[in-house]
Amino acid sequence: MLRFLVTRVSLVIPTFIGVTLLTFALIRLIPGDPIELLVGERGIDPERHAELRAEMGLDQPLLHQYGIYIWDVLQGDLGRSVVTRQPVLHEFFELFPATLELSLCAMIFALSIGLTAGVIAAVRRNSVFDHTVMGVSLTGYSMPIFWWAILLILLFSVNLGWTPVSGRIDVIYWFDQPTGFMLIDSLLSGQEGAFTSAVRHLILPAIVLGTIPLAVIARMTRSSMLEVLGEDYIRTARAKGLRPQRVVGLHALRNALIPVVTVIGLQVGVLLTGAILTETIFAWPGVGKWLIEAIHRRDYPTLQGGILLIATAVILVNLTVDLLYGIINPRIRHAR
Amino acid sequence: MAVEIIEPRAEPQPAGAPPHPVREFWNYFSENKGAVGGLIVIVLIALAAIFADVLAPFPPDQQNREALLVPPFWVEGGSLRYILGTDDVGRDILSRLLYGARLSMLIGCIVVTLSLACGIVLGLIAGFFRGMIGIAIMRAMDIMLAFPALLLAIVIVAILGPSLTNAIVAVAIVVLPHYVRLTRAAAVNELSKDYVTASRLAGAGMFRLMVVTVLPNCMAPLIVQATLGFSSAILDAAALGFIGLGAQPPTPEWGTMLADAQRFIRRAWWVVTFPGLAILITVLSFNLLGDGLRDALDPKLKR
Repeated sequence: MLRFLVTRVSLVIPTFIGVTLLTFALIRLIPGDPIELLVGERGIDPERHAELRAEMGLDQPLLHQYGIYIWDVLQGDLGRSVVTRQPVLHEFFELFPATLELSLCAMIFALSIGLTAGVIAAVRRNSVFDHTVMGVSLTGYSMPIFWWAILLILLFSVNLGWTPVSGRIDVIYWFDQPTGFMLIDSLLSGQEGAFTSAVRHLILPAIVLGTIPLAVIARMTRSSMLEVLGEDYIRTARAKGLRPQRVVGLHALRNALIPVVTVIGLQVGVLLTGAILTETIFAWPGVGKWLIEAIHRRDYPTLQGGILLIATAVILVNLTVDLLYGIINPRIRHAR
Repeated sequence: MAVEIIEPRAEPQPAGAPPHPVREFWNYFSENKGAVGGLIVIVLIALAAIFADVLAPFPPDQQNREALLVPPFWVEGGSLRYILGTDDVGRDILSRLLYGARLSMLIGCIVVTLSLACGIVLGLIAGFFRGMIGIAIMRAMDIMLAFPALLLAIVIVAILGPSLTNAIVAVAIVVLPHYVRLTRAAAVNELSKDYVTASRLAGAGMFRLMVVTVLPNCMAPLIVQATLGFSSAILDAAALGFIGLGAQPPTPEWGTMLADAQRFIRRAWWVVTFPGLAILITVLSFNLLGDGLRDALDPKLKR
């Protein structure tokens, strides 16, 4: 187990270095002079230009610049936003809880429906329910989620007026946010209607973001379940007279979930990317919307820092999933 | 694509002879109704894209000032002149969708060709030279996979600047690792087989071994991946267009059309509905086809 752990963790380091190389290159590859991009159209006199170059270390050799960049990153200094003058790391952690809350809710939505639908579809193979689940999940998998969001807004917000179109909570509510999770904070605030308002704001974005993971999880659960249900030990369990629910829910599901866990881990990347689109449409104040705004405002330090942080998050989640996989599936760690 | 649907003429075969590979493939493939349906829809969309000039009632950018936000013909106030209605500056939506099909198919073709070609070359090299070069290539691919696909595409477009061409390049780069890994895995698998050793002993050079001996036997998973690659290319390019980093207005690209129309969601549902429906149908068809191809080409599933 220790060997498996060490090999897996040591793989993270070159990946992280690669990611920093890419984000380091980002600012230097953008056509045009970085300083002129920073000052914008106001222009700058040559003296100040040279001063700024020296200040940002742009007059140093590339390798030296990269060394400085890595050193700063390791100390948590990701530069300052050109627009707000705030440290990038600080802004990221202000906005990240919003994205995390949205992603978690989307994942809970996807898991609760996806797992159930997948298991039932496998047990009732080739039934109408099975075909419906497979058809719907393939459609969900092919869905351009930005359009799906628009359709849901069209139906639930515009036509039925059930849910709001944007934001995390109605503007009339104002309270401290100790956790950063609107659902929890609105409950803690004790203000009447605040929690309901937060839920109503959250529900559409969560459904939109959860759609593709839901489709993938349902398909994966079904095929994994079908494979396990065909195995000998399941027949043994049935033969010794266990109730079908127990065979499916306990004996089969446990082993069927192993590949599903990997798929769930892979969906974290999908969720973060989906969050970029979902947050933009629903004006959800998270890191996805922040990143797109940074691009449109040419706020390159923010873009650079944000991408590094999101990529790091994905690497860490993938690592966790792999380690979990080793724990729940002994076959993997003994194979190494 | 057309090659796959042509059935070979049934020639009298001696009893017991195995069927022609194409015929065998078609037998498996045609059992899957969804895949055949997907193929038919794709052929129709491809035809619409090719003949957009003839089929479209209007040029995609023609603004009909007297007909702003006209609803589709079956809704009150609509007319058969604008079958799917018009947008805020009076452009015919059906015409724009037809020209958009041309763009989407083109995006899919270019992305798949680019990434498939580069992926095969890199994957074969990584499979044949498993020393430093191979490790370096695979590590680089792993790093690219550490980024969520759309995020990496956004980074690349942010570097290159927003445009349709750059979006295509970005999407092609993003999907590259999948092809490299598939090719390498298939090549490594084939390399251990006797026929490769035999070919090597017969004096085949490295290049011949790569391209003539090994590559044809690696094609099945690549064909499946390329088909599915079409759908993800179309979807990602549309997403980039939607967030303003892909094709720029007034290009009739489906994602860009949607972004443009979002403002009219309260007044004109048709402006936001049809471009998305077009994306969904196209992507769904390619996914159905890809699934069908996988089932038909995967020898493990054959009885």
